[in-house]
Order: sequence, then structure tokens, then C-alpha cells
Amino acid sequence: MFGIYAENSEGVFKKSILEAASYASKINGGQVTAVCIGAPAAGEAEKLSKYGVSKLIVVEGINSFDAQVYGKEIAKAFSDSGITNVVFANTYEAKSIAPRVAVVLDATLVSNVIDYPNTSNGFVVKRGVFSGKGFAFVSMNKGNKVIAITPNSTELIENPVGISIENKTNSGSNGQTQITSTSKAGGKIPLTEAEIVVSAGRGMKGPENWGMVEELADLLGAATACSKPVSDMGWRPHNEHVGQTGITIKPNLYIAIGISGAIQHLAGVSSSKVIVAINKDPEAPFFKAADYGIVGDAFEVLPQLIQAAKSAKN
Amino acid sequence: MKILVCMSVVPDTTTKITFTDNNTKFNTQGVQFIINPYDELSLTRALEITEKSGGSVTVVNVGLADADAVIRKALAIGANDAIRINAEPSDAQFVAEQIAAIVKAGAYDMVLTGRESIDYNGGQVCGLLGALLDWPSVNVCTKIDVENGTALFERDIDGGRQSLSSALPVVASAQKDLCEPRIPNMKGIMAARTKPLTVVEPAGIDKASSYVSFESPAPKQAVRMIDAANAGQLIDILKNEAKIIA
Ligand SMILES: Cc1cc2nc3c(=O)[nH]c(=O)nc-3n(C[C@H](O)[C@H](O)[C@H](O)COP(=O)(O)OP(=O)(O)OC[C@H]3O[C@@H](n4cnc5c(N)ncnc54)[C@H](O)[C@@H]3O)c2cc1C
Ligand SMILES: Nc1ncnc2c1ncn2[C@@H]1O[C@H](COP(=O)(O)O)[C@@H](O)[C@H]1O
Repeated sequence: MFGIYAENSEGVFKKSILEAASYASKINGGQVTAVCIGAPAAGEAEKLSKYGVSKLIVVEGINSFDAQVYGKEIAKAFSDSGITNVVFANTYEAKSIAPRVAVVLDATLVSNVIDYPNTSNGFVVKRGVFSGKGFAFVSMNKGNKVIAITPNSTELIENPVGISIENKTNSGSNGQTQITSTSKAGGKIPLTEAEIVVSAGRGMKGPENWGMVEELADLLGAATACSKPVSDMGWRPHNEHVGQTGITIKPNLYIAIGISGAIQHLAGVSSSKVIVAINKDPEAPFFKAADYGIVGDAFEVLPQLIQAAKSAKN
Repeated sequence: MKILVCMSVVPDTTTKITFTDNNTKFNTQGVQFIINPYDELSLTRALEITEKSGGSVTVVNVGLADADAVIRKALAIGANDAIRINAEPSDAQFVAEQIAAIVKAGAYDMVLTGRESIDYNGGQVCGLLGALLDWPSVNVCTKIDVENGTALFERDIDGGRQSLSSALPVVASAQKDLCEPRIPNMKGIMAARTKPLTVVEPAGIDKASSYVSFESPAPKQAVRMIDAANAGQLIDILKNEAKIIA
């Protein structure tokens, strides 16, 4: 039986958590137990129950994020309910907690998992390796297992069940870190979870020209991304940098504007379902990795796309 | 301050990744190996911290003898000494347990890792070490500092950034933006030749996972070109043919 860690942001569960619930529910062949830290907002537990979560264990009494405390208390909440296999959605938060939960549960940990396990011979999962340049099939050797799945890799499967909530309190773990400030880029779609990404490179000439990129992104409900030099030069924040040394993403649609398509850039985006490249150079390597291409000047192409996206909305 | 920097050795970022032996092994033929780019950052930052407030920097790698040349490069960049645990590093949990044993024997104040290795992309070693040592751990740091015996961090969180402090000892992982990576100079390269590189045998630990086989991404179909003079057509295709925008 797999449980899930239901990470919440101010009490709200994101789509990646519903994917984790669907994933666990499919492996379990039915119902799933979830653990979350802090009470969910109104209606949120019901959201989980649509995807097979029949029990939500809420751990109270932990006032701020601390990986050490979260790791211990999440592992304890699961093992107290007899659950020793856990699915995480592979977010930054999960990356800091899943290893700790795996150590406490004495479980094999595999991250970046993109498909359901194959149990015909042992327990084998498929994961992304070499920053998008390959996939590996990994056998999880220990009896207990912790799996961190990549957002946007597996589908949402509706499986409505009734949900019960169990409250627990921190069993006494103390943190050794203190958060002094947190800033969130409010309202924006997180890049790793975005289904559509509009990305631009050095071909945009300067940060003052990003208005068009953002406008197109807004019209498509997309997140924005950029190439490495663009973030290195400070044209865009570094958390938009995708590629081998940036973030690896796999949206349904990736639109690359004025990006040459260097191997290190492609590594982070090539698992996108559909790729569009817009470049004034017909020889740009990106066209070899793209599904659709436009050879043209971004400053002429973008206004047309914005216009067309506006008309498509009406 | 005694800082331990965990360093993985990875294929150069320009490597074309292929597999051999019936897709059961990564093909290392002709591949150039480098210090994992994130570990170059944590090494540089460790040097900056110890230059400011005193101390030493040790590099640790779990790997076979072919890693030595890359470890020497870390010594040339400025690490005081290095330890190589003589084992194939194919499982993050195995790697973390080996490193934890070194940490326990060495009285370190801080252990640094990279956000992930760019080959297997686990992003696991930092948290695993934290748990195995029962130390605090702080992931994806864009700032790491030590002041009056307290560690100060800035880290990426989903959709934002956070500042925090921690007691020592602590384990933290490096994210881009932490610092400008140093490159070795001639003096460093000369000095590295005589710096200690100790090789130790691994503790006997079962592997938690094993790689069964590999697969390359499916080749792309030929690109479909759209005339720039009629670029708006793209939106129509994405909406009505590909059906990926609303
Ligand atoms: C160790 C290492 C790691 C790296 N990691 C990454 C990584 O993670 N991510 C990453 O992105 N890069 C990475 N790089 C850098 C990578 O090699 C490329 O240098 C980088 O991706 C190029 O960025 P770019 O395409 O924006 O710029 P350029 O290569 O300068 O390309 C600009 C493109 O814009 C086009 N263009 C110019 N003007 C216009 C216009 N008006 N309209 C339309 N098109 C126009 C040009 O034809 C060109 O193709 C890494 C490099 C190294 C060595
Ligand atoms: N074989 C290794 N030897 C030493 N450190 C390693 C090794 N593998 C991974 N690490 C460290 O763990 C970090 C994250 O690696 P990973 O969890 O493999 O993505 C790397 O940036 C290194 O700091």
C-alpha cells in the first residue's frame, strides 16, 4: 500500500499532488492515505478524495518548514498507520523531505519517476536521467519504497471516495533552522508545473523586450522561462533558467523564441510534448528538436502570435 | 570551520548520451569527465568561507580510480585534501551512507553537496546525509554564509525564495547563483600534485537500487515549418490540430 505526502501551499493542494494521489491509487488498486502538515483549506480535502484519497492525516503543531522535523513527523505519521511506501510529487519541498522519510522508513528512494512501476519481475520504475538525454529503468531493492514522481508525467485519474480526517500533533521533533523571510512570486504559475511554457533567449536582445514574451505567456496561460545566458546577464531571474544546469521541465507545449538550441538547453526541455522554435536563423539547431518551426524575426513574429492568441480567445 | 564538499564526477555537458551492452550501460567511450557543475559552486563557496574565517576544505568522492584526475582538479581549485571512497557510485543511498561514515569520523562543521548531479539527477544526497547524521539540511541554496557560529542561507522554494539560519553542523546543497565557480590556475595545479588524496575502501552496504537498463528519448519527427508572414497560423494549429492550447 502506497501513501502520499500531500504538500500544501497555504492549505491548498496543487495539481502535482492530485497526480501523486492518482498514481498511488492506481498502484494500490483503490484507496490512498495521505499525510499533510497543517490543516487544509476549506474544500481541499474533498479535492483529494476525488482522486482516491480516503484518509487524510493532518499533523498539527509544526509552525514553519524544517526538513528535519518534516521528515521525522511525516515518516512517523505513515508508519503509525502501518504505511511504509510513499509517493511524493517531486517539488523542491519534496526533494528536501523524501530522502529523510526514506531513511526513517528504511526504504529505497527513487526520484524523477515518470511512469508506473513494472512489477512483473521485482519492482522497476522508469526515471529521467542525464538531464533529459535518457531514461533508466531502476529496480527498487528494499521492501519499503519511496517514489518521487515528476510533475506532468502521469495522468489525473478520477476515483471519487469518501474521506476521513485524522488529526495528530507533532510528536516532539524540534527544528534547528529558523526562517527569517520568504518571498513568493505571487500568482505566477510555477515553471515545473506549467503545462505551457513560453521561453526566450539572447535573440530578444535585452530585458526591455520581454513585455511581448510575457504578454503571449499570459494569453496562453503559460509560465515564462529563459536560456542560461539570459539569466546569467540578469535579464531574467535565475529561477527561469531551464536546461542542463537549470530546471528540467516537461510541459505539454514549449515555445522557444530566439534560443539557438544548444545541447545543454535542449537537455532541460526536450521531454516537452510539443516544441515550437522561432528563430531568424534557418540553421538554428533548435529546429531539429522542434515539432513546429517559424524562421523569422521574433520582433515581427511575436506581435502576430499575440494578435492570433487574442482572437482565438474571443 | 571544517567543511566537507561532496563531489560527483559527471560527463561533460556537451556529451551525446548513448548506451552499450544491450542498453544496460552508459557508454563512456570518448566521454570527457568533469566536476559536477553544482559541486564546483559548493567547492568555491567553501573556499570563500574558510578564506574569510579560517578552516579547511576537504573534498570527498565515491568513485573508482578513473575519478582521480578530476579530484586533482578540485585540489587545484583550492581544496586542502581529498578522500576517495573506492566504489562504483551507482546508488545515491549507497553514496550517502559511505559519505556519512566519513563525516562521523571527521568532526566537520558543514557538509556541502550540489543540488543534483547532472548525470543521474537524483538530488537526494543532501537530504539523505541530513537524515543519516540527524543534522539539519537546507536544499538548493543560492547563498551560504557563516557568521558567529551560525549558518545563513538563501534557498529556492517552489515559486519563490527564502532566507533562513541554522545551527552548525549542517548539510546544504548548492544551486546556481551561489557564486562564480573558480577555475584552477598554474600555481594551484602545481600545488595539487602534492596535496593528499586518500583512498579508502567502502563499508559493506547493500545497494538500495540497481539500474536494469537505459533508453534514449524517441527521435523527433521532422519539424513542420510555418511561414513567418503568416505566423498567427501557429496558434490555430496548436489550438485546433495539436489541441494543446485552450
Ligand atoms: C557547462 C555548461 C552548462 C550549460 N547549461 C545551460 C543550461 O542549463 N541552459 C541553457 O540554456 N544553456 C546552457 N548552457 C549554454 C549553452 O551552451 C548556450 O550557450 C545557450 O543555451 C545559448 O543561449 P541562447 O540560445 O539564448 O543564445 P545564443 O546562442 O546567442 O542564441 C540566440 C539565438 O537567437 C537567434 N536570434 C537572434 N536575433 C533574433 C531575432 N531578432 N529573432 C529571432 N531569433 C533571433 C539567433 O539566431 C540564435 O539562434 C551551458 C553551457 C555550458 C558550457
Ligand atoms: N559519487 C559521489 N561522490 C561524492 N558526492 C556525490 C556523489 N554522487 C553525488 N554526490 C553529491 O550529491 C549531490 C547530489 O547528487 P545526486 O543526489 O546524485 O543528484 C552532488 O552534487 C554531490 O555533491
